[in-house]
Amino acid sequence: MSNFFLLMQQELLLTAIIFILLFMKLSAVEWKPKNLLLIVNILLTINLAAGFFFNGFGYLFGDMFQTNELLRLEKNMLNLGTLIISLQSYNWLMKHEHIVEFYLLMLSTLLGMFFMLSSHNLLMFYVGLELASIPLAALANFDLDKRRSSEAAMKYIMSSAFASGLLLFGISMIYGVAGSLNFSDLQAAASTQPLFLFSFILLIAGFGFKISAVPFHLWTADVYEGSPVAVTSYLSVISKGSMIFVMTSVLFTVFDKLFYNWYNMMAVLAVLSMLIGNLFAIRQQNIKRFLAFSSIAQVGFILIGVTGGDHAGFSSVVYFVLIYLFSNLAVFGVISLVSAEKGKENIDDYKGFYKTNPMLTWILAIALFSLAGIPPTAGFFGKFFLLLAGAGRNNYLLITIAALNMVVSLYYYLRIIKAMFMDANERPIEKVEMTWSPKLAMGICVAGIVITGVVSGAYEYIYSLVK
Amino acid sequence: MNLTLLLILPLAFSLLLLIVKGLKQVRTVALVAAVAQLGLSLFLVYQFLQERVAGSAAFLFEQNYTWYKALNIRYHVGVDGISIAMILLTAFVVLAGVLVSWNQEKLHKEFFFLLLFLSLGAYGFFISLDLFTMFFFLEVAVIPKFLLIGIWGSGKKEYSALKLALMLMAGSALVFVGLSGLYFNTSINGAHSFDLVEISQQNIPATLQNLFFPFAFIGFGIFTALFPFHTWVPDGHSSAPTAASMFLAGISMKLGGYGCLRVATYLMPDAAEHYSTIIIILSCIAILYGAFATMMQTDLKYINAYSSVSHCGFVLLGIGMLTKTSINGAVLQMVSHGLMTALFFAVIGMIYERTHTRQVAQLGGLLKVMPFISSVFVIAGLCSLGLPGLSGFVAEMTVFMGSWQRAGAFYHTATIVACASIVVTAVYILRAVGSVINGPLKIPETSSPLLWGGVGGGADAGWNEKTAAVLLLVGILLMGLVPFWFTDLINPGTEMLMQKIGSTVK
Repeated sequence: MSNFFLLMQQELLLTAIIFILLFMKLSAVEWKPKNLLLIVNILLTINLAAGFFFNGFGYLFGDMFQTNELLRLEKNMLNLGTLIISLQSYNWLMKHEHIVEFYLLMLSTLLGMFFMLSSHNLLMFYVGLELASIPLAALANFDLDKRRSSEAAMKYIMSSAFASGLLLFGISMIYGVAGSLNFSDLQAAASTQPLFLFSFILLIAGFGFKISAVPFHLWTADVYEGSPVAVTSYLSVISKGSMIFVMTSVLFTVFDKLFYNWYNMMAVLAVLSMLIGNLFAIRQQNIKRFLAFSSIAQVGFILIGVTGGDHAGFSSVVYFVLIYLFSNLAVFGVISLVSAEKGKENIDDYKGFYKTNPMLTWILAIALFSLAGIPPTAGFFGKFFLLLAGAGRNNYLLITIAALNMVVSLYYYLRIIKAMFMDANERPIEKVEMTWSPKLAMGICVAGIVITGVVSGAYEYIYSLVK
Repeated sequence: MNLTLLLILPLAFSLLLLIVKGLKQVRTVALVAAVAQLGLSLFLVYQFLQERVAGSAAFLFEQNYTWYKALNIRYHVGVDGISIAMILLTAFVVLAGVLVSWNQEKLHKEFFFLLLFLSLGAYGFFISLDLFTMFFFLEVAVIPKFLLIGIWGSGKKEYSALKLALMLMAGSALVFVGLSGLYFNTSINGAHSFDLVEISQQNIPATLQNLFFPFAFIGFGIFTALFPFHTWVPDGHSSAPTAASMFLAGISMKLGGYGCLRVATYLMPDAAEHYSTIIIILSCIAILYGAFATMMQTDLKYINAYSSVSHCGFVLLGIGMLTKTSINGAVLQMVSHGLMTALFFAVIGMIYERTHTRQVAQLGGLLKVMPFISSVFVIAGLCSLGLPGLSGFVAEMTVFMGSWQRAGAFYHTATIVACASIVVTAVYILRAVGSVINGPLKIPETSSPLLWGGVGGGADAGWNEKTAAVLLLVGILLMGLVPFWFTDLINPGTEMLMQKIGSTVK
């Protein structure tokens, strides 16, 4: 019994927080938004801190649920991301009437992701996935008076249902072939017989939808653009990050025998994602759409790391997601402030931003450099290790394509830098006032960007945890 | 000496810059930083000369720490004569750059911050003995240039800044592929390595060398204006503010030359030999094309930028010829060109600040109103065309002699072609210098009235500009008059390269 509490500590704590919030909503007390947000943020901080204590590993519920140190680390990363997003959305939530509902939905999806990460059975994985995606559709609709937001929610739920359908189809056929859904059994049963491969491809397609790799990316831009910024950042960092974790560990542990089959799939997906993501990002005017395509391109780079297929490949993927979390959330932090305060979301609006908001400009610039992989930011290390892991397979054509794609991606990141620093603007965005909460969030992000690369500890730690 | 000081110093001062306020404090901090860097590099030279053992060719002051243990990436620094020469060059140019930007009003804090940050990248690159660290610093030095040109530049600055950043990043992308190829084809006790010294002891098969050499060489070559990837040079240099132009032409292009030598040629000598014909042809094209293109330019900065393409061609030619003398010449040419072109850009900046034009046709007779600036301009020009007694002559002669040593009709023809460019150089330099400083006084109406204050008064260089010019002039003269100091410094380094190359090239 104590085992149950210890191994599921993170999930149980999250459930407890969800219940606390539920009771707060149901109680007769009329909470002031300020106090409510403070309490929620404290709870999330406790949740994050608690995740670092007790590192156990083991299985529960007849091998349905597993946990180990790497999974706990991944969950901690997601917790951290959620906390940062919560801090960043402060200004936006202060004006919103449904604060508690926002957190309830967000934490439910987080719980779903935790179960998905910890699954040791495809059925469990599927249940976690659904818990992670259905509340997200409601979240996408959270700008209640905006039609675009509803449209985004609709698109998300449709594409997500389609992806789930594909996954379920694949899972059922895998069950037909292997006679079990347990990961250990599947690892033993994995073979290249046609039906197994076919269902495996369906699984990959399902994953592809969730991480929005090209050609499964079509929902991404519209959903990102329509959703509130907080939800967009949640989608692009937490949701995508958790999916990448699951996909990588499933590919590396369950389907390791099929490496030469999925190597080519991943390579093709990677090249397509980088190319299409980059080419479309160049033409975007709305900064959220822009980030949608840039995140598609980033997934392409992550997939290069996946093709590495070894210890270094796995570590570089987890490491990159950590860096991506810091960098992307720093970008979203600035955007969400500007969007909440001034309602401006176009790249052209950011012209002359440096004159009025030098601090925010530097934060955004550092974050964009990190996304582009420019040293000394952490992004450089992340990208370098991803590509290095990919190069380990001696496919230098793939690596050259990836390296040159980094140059293309630099072009559009520099476009924003140029708008902020160099372009003249008669009416730049006025000075944005910051409260403590976004300041703290950005501080965490910038510290992460600066430290995680130059100090090798994070990577070494991840490397030691990856089996 | 602790080489890491070379990194800590610019970093500490650039962080200090963030705290101080106002132009006066900012520029003082920047000046102190630059002087300290110069002092440190001179001290480094002194220590190096003390510590080195005659005849042995090892890296000195090595520091070797594990950085990323899992991937066997290390922070490994050390210097030989070649890197010392480059470090010295960097220190000179940075100090001169800070001095000529003394009156930088617009966003001064950011300006000096980026300048110091650039120097951090350059120092780090030159002292690195680990390819990862080297690559890291190579890329550190790209984005500050983009910002320097884009924010403080002139003309079509955004276009030039983007072009420069993208082309240089494309270069480093290619370098990355070459480096990862080297990494995965070394095996030291079963582990891959980025360590330059360790890789140099490995025997990488010639077929693999031939595969990865072009990536590394073209990648670094883009930095040093390898034809046909030189197109960022004219735009970038001419749009950049003076200090950035000086840095770009003086140091940044040398990163590429140094990389071609230290990484591409040193680690993959078989391939360097294999591709030497192509390198020589490309560099001859760059030399001639650059020289002829310069003749057609009317803007002083474009003149210097295109002549940089031509002069950097000599560096690549020296490397491509693969003889000891020619490689010595290439290194000398890097230093010489760095000093000379920085001086040139500094003077052009001074002229532009006073007259607000860089068009040769609009200027004339400047010797009458700004004698100091004009004299320096003449000296820089003469150095560029290779007058004996100045550094350009020494460097170019060494390259030519080394090239001629390589037997074979092709190599001799290439040498003659390269030599012929000097005539063209003389034409454009003398024409530009002559028409700008001689003849009747011509001042465009755009010129700044405050600075003029009447003919003969108040127009000449201020103390800061004079110091900057004298500093670079001292370097040029020293190299021209006592070249053996420099060859003595770099020769052991070249010999170490030759030991590796010599086994393949007769």
